[in-house]
Amino acid sequence: MSTTIISLPDQSTARVPKVNYLTKENGLLSWLLTGDHKRIAMLYLISISFFFFIGGALAGLIRLELLTPQSDLMATDTYNKVFSMHGIIMIFFFLVPSVPATLGNFFIPMMLGAKDLALPKVNLLSWYLYVAAGILALYAMSTGGVDTGWTFTTPLSTHYVNTNVITTGLAIFIAGFSSIFTGLNFIVTIHKMRAPGMTWFRMPLFVWAHYAASILMVLGTPVLAIALVLVVLERTVGIGVFDPAKGGDPLLFQHLFWFYSHPAVYIMILPGMGVINEVISTFSRKRVFGYTAVAFSSVAIAVFGFFVWAHHMFIMGVSNYAVLVFSLLTMLVAVPSAIKIFNWAFTLYKGSITFETPMLYSFGFMGLFTIGGLTGVFLGTSGTDIHLTETYFIVAHFHFVMVGGMLMAFLAGLHFWWPKMTGRMYPEKISQLAAVVTFIGFNFTFFPQFVLGTLGMPRRYASYPPEFQILNVFSTAGATILGVGYLLPVLYLTWSLKYGEIAGNNPWQATGLEWQTQSPPLTENFIETPIMDHEAYDYEWLERQKEKEVASVG
Amino acid sequence: MSDSPVITQGALEAAHHEHPPYQRHHFETIGQQNDATNFAMWLFLLTEIMFFGGLFTAYLIYRNWYYPAFVAASHQLNIVWGSANTAVLISSSFTMAMGVWCAETRRKSGLVLALVLTFLLGLVFLGIKTIEYSEKIEKHHVPGFHYSIQSFVNPASDPVAAAYGDKPLALDMAGKTELYFFLYFAMTGMHALHMIIGIAILGYMIFRARAGAYTSGHVTFVENFGLYWHFVDIVWIFLFPLLYLISRHQ
Amino acid sequence: MSEPTKHDEHHIVSPKVYLVIFLALLVLTTLTVAASFAELGIFNPIVALAIAVVKAVLVVLFFMHVKYSTRLTKLTVGAGVFTFLVLISLTLSDYVSRAWGRW
Repeated sequence: MSTTIISLPDQSTARVPKVNYLTKENGLLSWLLTGDHKRIAMLYLISISFFFFIGGALAGLIRLELLTPQSDLMATDTYNKVFSMHGIIMIFFFLVPSVPATLGNFFIPMMLGAKDLALPKVNLLSWYLYVAAGILALYAMSTGGVDTGWTFTTPLSTHYVNTNVITTGLAIFIAGFSSIFTGLNFIVTIHKMRAPGMTWFRMPLFVWAHYAASILMVLGTPVLAIALVLVVLERTVGIGVFDPAKGGDPLLFQHLFWFYSHPAVYIMILPGMGVINEVISTFSRKRVFGYTAVAFSSVAIAVFGFFVWAHHMFIMGVSNYAVLVFSLLTMLVAVPSAIKIFNWAFTLYKGSITFETPMLYSFGFMGLFTIGGLTGVFLGTSGTDIHLTETYFIVAHFHFVMVGGMLMAFLAGLHFWWPKMTGRMYPEKISQLAAVVTFIGFNFTFFPQFVLGTLGMPRRYASYPPEFQILNVFSTAGATILGVGYLLPVLYLTWSLKYGEIAGNNPWQATGLEWQTQSPPLTENFIETPIMDHEAYDYEWLERQKEKEVASVG
Repeated sequence: MSDSPVITQGALEAAHHEHPPYQRHHFETIGQQNDATNFAMWLFLLTEIMFFGGLFTAYLIYRNWYYPAFVAASHQLNIVWGSANTAVLISSSFTMAMGVWCAETRRKSGLVLALVLTFLLGLVFLGIKTIEYSEKIEKHHVPGFHYSIQSFVNPASDPVAAAYGDKPLALDMAGKTELYFFLYFAMTGMHALHMIIGIAILGYMIFRARAGAYTSGHVTFVENFGLYWHFVDIVWIFLFPLLYLISRHQ
Repeated sequence: MSEPTKHDEHHIVSPKVYLVIFLALLVLTTLTVAASFAELGIFNPIVALAIAVVKAVLVVLFFMHVKYSTRLTKLTVGAGVFTFLVLISLTLSDYVSRAWGRW
C-alpha cells in the first residue's frame, strides 16, 4: 500500500512554465486593472489573509483578557469594541469572501472549461468594493471602533451607543455589494460558460456548492443592505422605524438582519463543503458517493436556509407560535447537512485513503463540523435554546462550524490547489504538522467553551465569576496553539513560492479539468476549449489518459 | 485521422467568421455573450427586488398597526400629481420598449427619438416628485426634520385634511404618521435614486445611439437598460396604490 | 456584417403589442384610482394590489419580454418573487401570531 499519491515531475529537468497567468504581464498596473479571474483571486487571497490576521489579533486580545476573571487587560468598553470588530472583520471580510472569492474565483471557470468568469470587469469591481469596504472598516476601527457586536442590535445600535456605527454600517453595506457581484458572476458563469459536454451533473461538486452559495448571496445580501441603511437613517435622522417611542419595532430589524445573516452562515459554509468534496474524492481515489444527493443537498441547504432565520430570535420576544414553526423548520436544514457528512463517510469507505495535508484538514472539517452542526440542533430546539443562548455554548457552536468547519476547509482547499495556483509544492511534513497543530489547538480553545456555556457563563462580558477561570485558561492556552497553527502555513507557503518543488500539472492525480492543464495555468486557462467526455471524479478516465500519454511519448 | 478535415473546415470557418468588435474575448460566440449579460441583468434585478422587499415588509407591518394614521397621512399626498406621475412613468416605459424595438430593427433615428422621449419623461417624473416633496417640506411632513403633527390632531386647520373630512387623531396615533412619511420618503426616494441613475445612463446612451452604436446588431445594452427601466416602473406601480390610494373615500 | 447576429430564438415584439399593453396599463391606472374612491371595505387594498399585480405582470411579460424568454429567465423571475414572499410571509407569521386577533 502506497502512503502517498503525490507524483511530481523529475525535479532535475522540470521547470515552472515560462508563460503563465503570473508572468503574462508585469507591473502593478497589470494587476490592478486585470480582468483575469486568477489574478483577481490572488488579489483577494492577499487581502482576505490580511483581514484574517487583523481579526485573529483581535481574537488573541479577547482570549488574553479572558485569562483572568477581572477585566484587567482592557477597559470593559474596549473589550466590547474588540469582540465587535473581531466578529465584523472575521465574518464580512474573511469568512464570506474566503473560499468563493479566492478558490471559487480561481477554479470555477477552470473546472467548467471556460476562459474566464462571465463578467470579468464586475469581478474586478467586486474586489475594489471589498478593498474600499475594508479600508472604511479599518478607518472606523482606528477612530474609535464600534461596540454593538457584529449584529448591530437595535435599539442599542441606534440609540444607546456613541461609537462608529454609521461608518461600520456603510463598510458592511459596500462589502455586501462586493459579495453580491461575486455571487451574480458565479451564477451567470455556471449557467452560460460551461464547456461542451459539461452538463450539470458532470460539474464538480465544488461548483454545485458555489452555485447554492451564490443564490444566497444574490437573494439575501440586499436585505442586509436595506436593514443597515435603515439603521444609519435611524441614527442620523431619527426616522423611528426601529424606535418603539415613535411606534417602530426593534424586532423588525432583527427579522431583516437575520433574513440575510442566517443564510449567510450557509454562504460561509457551503463553499467549504465544496472544497471537502474535491479533497475527499481525490485522496480516497473514489467518486464522491451519491453525487446527485450531495449536489441537491447543497441546493436544499440554500432553499431551506431562507426558512429558519427566526431561530436567532427565540428569546427576543417573537411570538411563541413563530418560535414553534421556526424551531421545526430549523430541523429541516439539518437533513441536507447530514446527507453530506454521511456521503463523505461512504466515499471514504473502501477508498485508497492517503493522508496528505489537504486530507488531514478535511478530516478535521468532518469531525469539527459534525460537532458544530449537532450542537446547532440543541440551539435550534427552542427549549434548550432558552437555556443555552447568549452563553459560551453558542460561541463554541458557531466557532466549531465557522473556524473548525470553514477555516479548516479553506486551508484544505488552499493546500490542495496551491500547486496549481503557484506551480510549486509546499513542504509536506511541516504542513501536515500544521494541520495537526491546528486541530489540537482548535479543540483546546473551543471545547472548554461548550462546558462554560452549559455552566452558564454569558458571552460578551470582559469579566466572569472566578469559578470559570480554569476552563478559560485552557481556552486561552489552546488559542496560542491555534495561533501557531495558522502562522505556520503563512511561513512555509511563502517559502514555497521560491523554493518549493516543481509541482507539474497534476501532483495529486486528481480528475478535475483544472488539473489537466499546466501549473500555473495560462491566462486563457486552456490551450483549446476542453471537451468534457466523462463523468466528474472518473479515475479510470484519468488512468486511460495517462496510458495514452505514455503511448504517444513512447 | 478521418475527422481531421472536418476540424480544419471548422477552424477555417471560425477564422473566416470574424468576431464582431463588441464580442469579448472570453466568450465563444456572441450569442453566449448576449445570453450571459442578459441573465446577469435579471439576477441584478433579483437583488433589487429583495432590496425594496425590506421596505415593503416594514410598510406592511406598520400599515396594519397604525391604519388610521396611514389613512390620514396618505390624504396629504396629492392624488392628481400621483396619478399623473404614474401615467408619465408608464409612458416612459412604453417609449423605452419602443426604443428596444428600434434598436432591434436597426432604426437609428427612431431609437434616438425614443431614448430622448424616455429621458424627458424621466425628468418630468422627477420634476413632479420635486413639487410633491417641496409641499411636504413646507408643511413640516419630513420625518426627523421638525416634524409636525398639526394636520392630524387638528385636521380643520389643514385645507387638504379638511377637504377629506378627516377626524382628529389622538396624539399617540397622530405621531405614527411620521412612520408613514418616513416610508413614503424612503420608498419614493430610493425609487427616485434609481430614476436618477437611469436618466444618467440614458444621457450616455443617447450620445452612443447617435453614433449608431446600438443599431448595428449589438442591442444587448439597450435591452438590458430597458429591463432596468421597466423594473423601476414596476416598483412605482406598487408604490402608487400603497402610498397614495390607501383609502380615498370617507 | 453580412447577416444579423444570430440570436437563439430571439423574438422581436411588435410595436402593436407594446401599444396595446401601454393602453391597458393606462386603463388599469384609471381603474385603480377610481376604485380607491369607492367604499369596498376589506376589498379596497385587495383590489388595489390585484390591479398592481396585473400591471406588473403585463410589464414583465411584454415590456420585459419574459413571455418570449427562456425557461431560465422565467425561473429567475419566479425565484425573486418566491424569496420576496418568503421574507414577507415568514416575518408576518411572527407579527400576526404575536397578538392573535388584534392584527
